[in-house]
Parts: sequence; C-alpha cells; structure tokens
Amino acid sequence: MSERLRSPGARRALLLVGLVVLLIVPYFVEAFWLQVGLFCIAAAIAAVGLTLLVGIAGQLSLAHAFFVAIGAYGYSYLAADPTPDIADAPAGLGLPPVVAMIGAVLLAGVAGALFSPIAGRLRGIYLGLASLGLIFIGQHILFNATALTGGFNGRDAEPFGLFGFSFSNDNPDDLVVLGVRYGMLERLWYLGLALLALSWWYARNLVASRPGRAMQQVRDSEVAASVMGVSVPVYKGAAFTVSSMYAALGGVFLALAFGRIVPDSFGFLVSIDFLVMIVIGGLGSIWGAVAGAVLITALPPVLQRYADALPLVVEAGGDGLQASQAARLLYGAAVVAVLIFAPQGLAGLGRKLAARRTLRPPTTKVQPKEHTA
Amino acid sequence: MNQFFTALALGLSLGTIYALIAMGFVIVFKATNVVNFAHASVLMLGAYVVATTSDDLGFYLAVLVAAVVCAVAAALIDIVLVRPLRRRRGGIDALAILTIGINVVLATELTRRVGTDILPTGAPWGRDTVEFLGITVPQTRIAAAVAATILMAAFAVAFKYSDWGIAMRSTAADPETAALMGVRLSRIAAGAWAVSGLLAAIAGVFFTSFPASGVTTTTYLLALTAIPAAVLGGLDSVVGAVVGGLVIGVAVSMTTSYQGDLAFLGRGLNEMVPYVVLLLVLLWRPSGLFGSKEITRV
Repeated sequence: MSERLRSPGARRALLLVGLVVLLIVPYFVEAFWLQVGLFCIAAAIAAVGLTLLVGIAGQLSLAHAFFVAIGAYGYSYLAADPTPDIADAPAGLGLPPVVAMIGAVLLAGVAGALFSPIAGRLRGIYLGLASLGLIFIGQHILFNATALTGGFNGRDAEPFGLFGFSFSNDNPDDLVVLGVRYGMLERLWYLGLALLALSWWYARNLVASRPGRAMQQVRDSEVAASVMGVSVPVYKGAAFTVSSMYAALGGVFLALAFGRIVPDSFGFLVSIDFLVMIVIGGLGSIWGAVAGAVLITALPPVLQRYADALPLVVEAGGDGLQASQAARLLYGAAVVAVLIFAPQGLAGLGRKLAARRTLRPPTTKVQPKEHTA
Repeated sequence: MNQFFTALALGLSLGTIYALIAMGFVIVFKATNVVNFAHASVLMLGAYVVATTSDDLGFYLAVLVAAVVCAVAAALIDIVLVRPLRRRRGGIDALAILTIGINVVLATELTRRVGTDILPTGAPWGRDTVEFLGITVPQTRIAAAVAATILMAAFAVAFKYSDWGIAMRSTAADPETAALMGVRLSRIAAGAWAVSGLLAAIAGVFFTSFPASGVTTTTYLLALTAIPAAVLGGLDSVVGAVVGGLVIGVAVSMTTSYQGDLAFLGRGLNEMVPYVVLLLVLLWRPSGLFGSKEITRV
C-alpha cells in the first residue's frame, strides 16, 4: 500500500483527483463557501511567497501585508478608469486588467528590491522588527494619499478581464455551463486556481533550483554561503523581491475577490496572520503554506457561520464568546501548540505520517531524523 | 520657542514610559533571547487589573497588585510556554512567533473583557496640569517621569551590585560558564520575565492615564510602539532601551506638536514616526545604537 502510494504514478493520480475535485467545486457549494475559497486562494498565494522568504531564505519579515497592499492598490490604480463615473472616486490609468495585474506585481518587486539595502544589511530579528516599519509607513500612505488610495474609504477594484471575457457578473451576461450559472465568484474561482497553480509551480522549481539552494545556504549559514561564492546581500534582496511579488499577486486577487479594498485589510495584524499561516503549515513547505493559509483564512467565517451550533460561541452582538474572538483564541493556541509540539507544522506531521508508513516493513532500518528547530 | 520646550518636556516624559517598556523587552531578550511580543498584552493586563481593582483597593494598592499579577503572569509564560521551546534550542524567530501566539490569546481574552467600555484607571492626578517656566505638562506625565526614573535607577543599581544583577549579567555574557558557577539559569530567566512584567504593569498604568481616558480594546497595541525604542537602542542594551525610549518619545511629541506645519505629510504622522526613526538608525547601525555587534567566528 505504502509503496504504491509513494510511486510517482500513484502520486500523480492522487494529484489529478484533487485537481478534479477543486475544478468541480462550483457545482456543489454555495456562494458563501466559494467566497471563503477565494479569500483562501488569495492568502495562499501570498503565504507561499512568505514561506519562500522566511522558510527558505531565512529572512524574518513582518512586512508582508505591506507588499500585499502594493499589489491590491497597484492593480486598482493601474486598471481603474482615468475619468471615473462617480465623482471623487480615485482615478487610475485605465490599463487593461492583465497589464495592470502584471504591473502591480512588478511594482511590488521594485518595492521589495528597494528594501534590499536594509534587508541586506540587517540580520535576523533586527530585520524582522525593522520590516515592521514598512507596515506602519504603508498604513500612513494608504490613509493619506487619498488621490491614489481613496484614503479611509478605500477604492474599488476593476473586475479582471481577459480577451474580452470579464471575471464579473456580466459580459458575457448569463454564462451557464452544465446547468450552473457562472457569476463573478465562479469565474474568479478558476482564475484563482490557475494563479495558485502557477505560484505553486514556480515556488517548487525555485526551491529545487540553484538560486533556491543558494537561498537555503544563506539561511543555514551566511558565512558558509559567501565562502561558496553566494553573494549574501544579493540573495537576501532577491528573496525579498520574489516574496513581495508573490504578496502582490495575492493582493491583486484579494482586491478582485473583495471588489473594494480598504487600508484595514493590510495592517499589522494581517502581517502577523501571514506569519502564523506559514508557521502552522511548517516553515519552508509550500503546500504547508497553502494549508496554513486555508486554515487561518477560513477559520473566522466558518466559526461565524456555525456560531449557533457550537458550544461556548454566541452569535455576533451576543453576550459571551463571539465567533471572531473564538477564532482568535483558536488561532493563538494553534500557534503555541504547533511551535511547542510540532515545530515542523502541518508539513512535518504529513512527513511523519508518510515516514511511519514506510517504516512498517521490518527490513527498513532508516529512522526519520528529528529536526529540532 | 515655548512650543518647542513644551513638546520637548512632553516628549521626554513620554519617552520615560517608552523606556520602561523597552527595558522590559531588553531584559527578557538579554536573559532568554526572546523578542517578547506577549509584553504587549501583559502591559494591558496590568492596566486592566488597576482599572478593575482601584475602586476597592485604592489606586496605589491596585498598582502594587497589578505589578505583582503581571510579574507572576510573565514568569508563568516563560516557565510554562517559552521554556520548553527554549530547551529544544528553538530559533530566535520561532521563539518570537511563539510569543505572538501567546499575545493573541491573552489580548483576545482581555479585549473581550473590556468590550466596548473605557475603563478609567482612577489615577489620583486626573487631568490637572502643571505650569513651569511657561511650559505646561500634565501631572500624569510628571508622575510617570518620576516613577520611571526611580525604577530605572533602582534597576541600574540592582543590575550592578545585587547578586541577582550579577547573575543576570553573567548569564547574558556566557550562559554555560554562569551555569558552571552555580547560577540557576531557569531561575534567572523567570526572574527576568517577572521584572519585565512588573515594568509593563507600571508603564500600562501611565499609558492609560491622562491624556488617554482609560483601558480600551486597543491598549495592547500601545506596547508595540515601544518596539522601535527597544530596537533602535540595541535589543541587548538596557542603556540603549532608555536612550531609545527618550528618542522615540521626543520624536513622537515633536511631530504631534508641529502637526500643523507638517500637514503636507498627512495626518497621523506621529504613529509612523517611530518606525521612520528606527529604519534610519538601523540603516546606519544595523544592531542599534548600543547593541553589541554580532561577531562571526568560523
């Protein structure tokens, strides 16, 4: 059984089944779940970027939400109408959505590269704490540069479109595929899956490639890395650039899923959320980051929805433990529990399970190595 | 000119509060290598205990109770939650993230208890101000500056001369040798956390007194404003924490005071200024002003 599961063919089959399930999701679930799914995808794309930075390159960043904001606002600005219909709405450049998406990602890449001098100079925890600064500077800009960001009220995000096909409720107006009406949520779901698959693929290849190994070397020992001819500042800067581009792509998709973006979605606590996602998933693991993102993003709305069915939890406005608070408590407790009991996160648990399976035949003598990090 | 000196006086007194919090960060970091984000909610816990007990106990006794509660709480956090990870030589990032998790749990429970209320701390100095040489300063701030200075002086002396201080400094310098000399590392660690909890409680009380109106759901975020102070002074330097606190205090106070002239930079500048100062200082000195430089040996 275990042998068969580990063979590439079986893995591929498993992957295929998973993919098919994801593809037919819109046929089975209601709008609520699809909406939650969209937020999960946005968070997952950004979280993969953060795990590349923190888990692979070993650079602690608390600024991820800042780069997500650049993606979200960058897209809205680049794609918005230069002369908005509604008075006082922030204007934009009116670029085609695809160009705006790519532009927003590049913009965040530039921002990440601009942070490189600081990233290259600072080490460890100092870098993490300094990156906090970006969050607060970012919030200040989001609230005050009203012509670009709409200030406190935020700004609308133009729906995405590709070759005349719009990822919104209209154009084509009533799109029905196999009996299911394809509105904005359904269309965005597939766009999100495609973007997530792209992010996953690129991240996996990056980790396995020469630059990816260089980054891991920088993480493990900067001295050893530079002795091997790896330029430490360059790779730190590159890690920041790539991770902020991921963040921006997640941000673009978040803007599309929300339809309207406000500064509060990109604050300090959101940055912490991203960090928590990758820790729970297991630092440096790509599917762990995705799993962590899904868990952390889906927890509050799911608890909210089933508030009446859960013990201890009351509905919004009631007296007692509210769903949002229950979610926060669970989330905090999960971080503590994972770090103390399973430092490798969900990915580590998965690996352990797989290892136990292969260990069952008595001929195998290899013990799984316990990593204590 | 008067505006300048008023802002300076306000800034320095605000800075002493920041310095208290930053000292808490530094003491814990020195002793256990943990950047303690749970400091934020311990601070709120202190303010909350004062606000809820000052009616029955009187203000000063309530502060004492809060200080003890926070010291015990912080020590417990170390013993129960942080120590297991430290024992397994958890990395500095993992330890920091662990305290973030602890902070989330504690802060959620506290904000739930506070709810939409604003709990006044019942500080006796209220909203009175003192005028001196044309400078107007609220009495709270004077009390804060005096209390903070006394506490800092007490810790400076204790650090230098008491057995605890010597054990603490030798642990920070070389834990293994200190252990061989009979210093009980776990006790030193818990003690450092307790001290930081005590400092947080005092700082929390002053932060929630005038001009703030009391303990609210966002009180725990206040401690985060002291992170730039701790970092820019150097995370492992107590002197750095004090200097960093004063620098940040003056910077915040100045931008608040001259907000009108700085209007072109947008509103709410004082929230951003600590981090701008921090980034500039770190670009110049990557380990903070007084932090020990990392030496790499191969």
